[in-house]
Amino acid sequence: MLTTSETPTEERYAATRNACKLCTPLGACLAFKGIRGAIPLLHGSQGCSTYIRRYLISHFKEPVDIACSNFAEQTAIFGGGLNMKVALENINTQYAPEFIGVATTCLSETIGDDVPMFLKDFRTTHADEDLPPLAHVSTPSYSGTHIDGFHGAVRAAVAAVVREKGTGDHVNLLPGMVSPADLRHLKRIVSDFGLFFVMLPDYSETLDGAPWWEYHRIPEGGTPVDAIARMGSAAASIEFGRILAETDAGDSAGMLLRKDFDVPLYRLGLPMGVGETDRFFAALEAVSGRPTPEKYVKERGRLIDAYVDGHKYVSGVTAAIYGEEDLVVGLAAFLGEIGITPVLCASGGKSGHLKQKITEVVGDIDKKNIQILSGADFIDIADIAEDLKPDLIIGHSKGYSVARKIDTPLVRVGFPIHDRVGGGRLHHLGYRGAQELFDRIVNALLEKRQADSGLGYSYM
Amino acid sequence: MTSIPILKERESQIWQKGETPFSITCDKHSLAGAISQRACVFCGSRVVLYPIADAVHLVHGPIGCAAYTWDIRGALSSGPELHRLSFSTDLQERDVIFGGEKKLAAVLGELIDRHRPKAAFVYSTCIVGIIGDDVAAVCRKVEREKGIPVLPVHSEGFKGTKKDGYKAACDALFRIIGTGPINDISPQSINILGEFNIGGEAWIIRKYYERMGVQVVSVMTGDGRVDEIRRAHGAALNVVQCSGSMTQLAQMMEEKYGIPHIRVSYFGIEDMSKALYDVAERFPDNPEIMARTREMVREEIAAIRPELAEFRKDLEGKKAAIYVGGAFKAFSLIKALRHLGMRVILAGSQTGNDEDYEMLRDLCDDGTVIVDDANPLELSKYIIEKDADLVIGGVKERPIAYKMGVGFCDHNHERKIPLAGYVGMRNFAEEVHRSVSSPVWRFAPRRGAKLEKTEVTPC
Ligand code: SF4
Ligand code: SF4
Repeated sequence: MLTTSETPTEERYAATRNACKLCTPLGACLAFKGIRGAIPLLHGSQGCSTYIRRYLISHFKEPVDIACSNFAEQTAIFGGGLNMKVALENINTQYAPEFIGVATTCLSETIGDDVPMFLKDFRTTHADEDLPPLAHVSTPSYSGTHIDGFHGAVRAAVAAVVREKGTGDHVNLLPGMVSPADLRHLKRIVSDFGLFFVMLPDYSETLDGAPWWEYHRIPEGGTPVDAIARMGSAAASIEFGRILAETDAGDSAGMLLRKDFDVPLYRLGLPMGVGETDRFFAALEAVSGRPTPEKYVKERGRLIDAYVDGHKYVSGVTAAIYGEEDLVVGLAAFLGEIGITPVLCASGGKSGHLKQKITEVVGDIDKKNIQILSGADFIDIADIAEDLKPDLIIGHSKGYSVARKIDTPLVRVGFPIHDRVGGGRLHHLGYRGAQELFDRIVNALLEKRQADSGLGYSYM
Repeated sequence: MTSIPILKERESQIWQKGETPFSITCDKHSLAGAISQRACVFCGSRVVLYPIADAVHLVHGPIGCAAYTWDIRGALSSGPELHRLSFSTDLQERDVIFGGEKKLAAVLGELIDRHRPKAAFVYSTCIVGIIGDDVAAVCRKVEREKGIPVLPVHSEGFKGTKKDGYKAACDALFRIIGTGPINDISPQSINILGEFNIGGEAWIIRKYYERMGVQVVSVMTGDGRVDEIRRAHGAALNVVQCSGSMTQLAQMMEEKYGIPHIRVSYFGIEDMSKALYDVAERFPDNPEIMARTREMVREEIAAIRPELAEFRKDLEGKKAAIYVGGAFKAFSLIKALRHLGMRVILAGSQTGNDEDYEMLRDLCDDGTVIVDDANPLELSKYIIEKDADLVIGGVKERPIAYKMGVGFCDHNHERKIPLAGYVGMRNFAEEVHRSVSSPVWRFAPRRGAKLEKTEVTPC
């Protein structure tokens, strides 16, 4: 669905062909998977949960258990209250979870199920039992995309668990939808500042773990519920996402913690590239009162050294990028600082802020002939890319058809990576993430050049 | 280890051979809160119709249902590839409130103009009925305007199981059948039903039949074309694979056009050969057909036998767990695994019926667990308890196997390698062998190698 203007007009009905987005509950399930002992429960029909599991499994290559309240024909008529109750009971018996995250689907939303009331009833009728926290996020796919489900679920977890303010010296880290490798790297960085922290969500182990000796009902790892409870007493929260920062007050976990629990909030862009990462480190310096550890000063130095060594191969290069809006903004920031122009910045999302945020990180987009495409699908992207003939395409696996069509290298980032191994092990964030991205991008260009060359030199 | 509890309501859907008298409940709606490996009605319809490559497949509903089924199946086409595109009406909040009919009509028109398909299938997903869209009416209108068949597929996900989706797909196909010319069709002719050309399987099967001297009028739906399907009523026999999905269509065609049908499977040497002989037998007036079939089967088996024997050397005595969509496939797999010297310790399906499970019971050895609509916990419980070396299943079963240090063979629609026919049997053996005989399992905790302390000493 092509909407070139920033305020999407739906006056013209158009098909979405090869969507560049996923549905809202997928994001919610992913976020809930980052809580220790959690089971996500989709309230709706079986198909949605099975498709979502399949999609996540194909990327993470790990078991992804998502329960479903399994609507039948009758349920749609009489409402899903009973199904919800049975589902919660069965989950408790079979999984003994520490947390249940309920997300709705289009079906339960359309018939108007009152999920908060169902949950309240359940708590009342099971008052004598030791129930895990039950969080609820409303995720109809006809408004929003998977990234909205993701942030909504994080917020719902905070809302369900955090009760008290306080004066702790730990920091809350709200990283957004990034890779398990990124999550591990972020934890390392914050620890190296000597900070205690709560990161939500943390699926770095639940969705990227070692083989098992025995079957785990729920994989190990994730943010413990009692840690989430401590988020109300943190010294500060750091929340990534320039687009997320534009959501109405109170609509993100960070904002909720600030509003209801007075936790100061740093709203930063995804730390991609030197500039955005410097801002992240500055925030950590401010919160910890310590300078950046030597290790990262050196990492940054090596990165800049690499920028210099490789600058000629990327200078003046053009790229088409796509994905979740915040990822696109992060990528644009990074590409801008190495001399690659992101001539097409596309997203299936349509927050209405993409253009402004890209402008913030790369400067005058009109002068640079940068096209911004909100609410885009892959046919739109292919049409424009064919026209613009970028040197590179950067995004997830689903852009492969575009890359193939215009014979351009695809550098895979983000989610989903369905046609390669190691999607969960990619780094995007921090100096280290930038280093990895930079090397991969330069090498993709070199490889193309080498392959296309009639000479085939074995030196650069 | 903590033992894994089986939910009370699920106990009747699991049975172990040799213990108690046979009883298994199936055809049951999945239990709320259990993590079923099943999909939905829509998924069933999509599986059946998806390979029709010159039709537009439009998913009417919010984006997810279409996004998750975009180009995920290995169904190949020798020509157009419209089926590999994902089209959705991508309903938005406003459409949900005011209805999606206008959008559906506009989107259909746009897609038909742009892609010039031979037909369009419009899949209703869960919320479509609830917001009150009359999809059939919109389809009729667009059909009149554009002059191609525009077929509603009533596949609201929650209205039944995958099987109902097969039915909805068969209904749509049935509407096209009977609209094409059949004057040039030979009396020795068949339709191949329930074969989806995963990794080119339909091509393999079609070649076999053609080598026998039998004309293949249409394949439904592998490498499918609308014009071929229109002529399907001219065939003398329907050859139906994968009992679940298309037997219904065969029955409908039998009633209306008097075309008899037989059920076959193309997996494994025995079943593949039987599928060819059964067809040859149907044409007794042409004894050359049977003669050619014998000749061909002999040749094909001889060609793969030495390799199979090699694979068998390593696989002898290994144990496999099978969990597939339809039970019919499980029968073939059990036989195929026997050829490789392997034993089946668990057999299950998402959608088997009573008859299927009785047949499974007869085929299995003592101790084999038979399970209907299993969830990941149950599957892993038996994989561990029975100490499987291999799991055969789909994408959702793979990580369960791998986490437990067990080999895996994908036997679902996503795979890219043909496993049907004689070459398919060879590929299957190779796949199984590749996984089971890999040296990596010795590092898996469950495979015994609880990596003992590695010691090194200086010289
Ligand atoms: S109905 Fe909604 S929640 Fe379910 S798969 Fe479709 S878009 Fe996603
Ligand atoms: S259950 Fe309904 S909404 Fe979910 S994938 Fe199936 S058709 Fe789509």
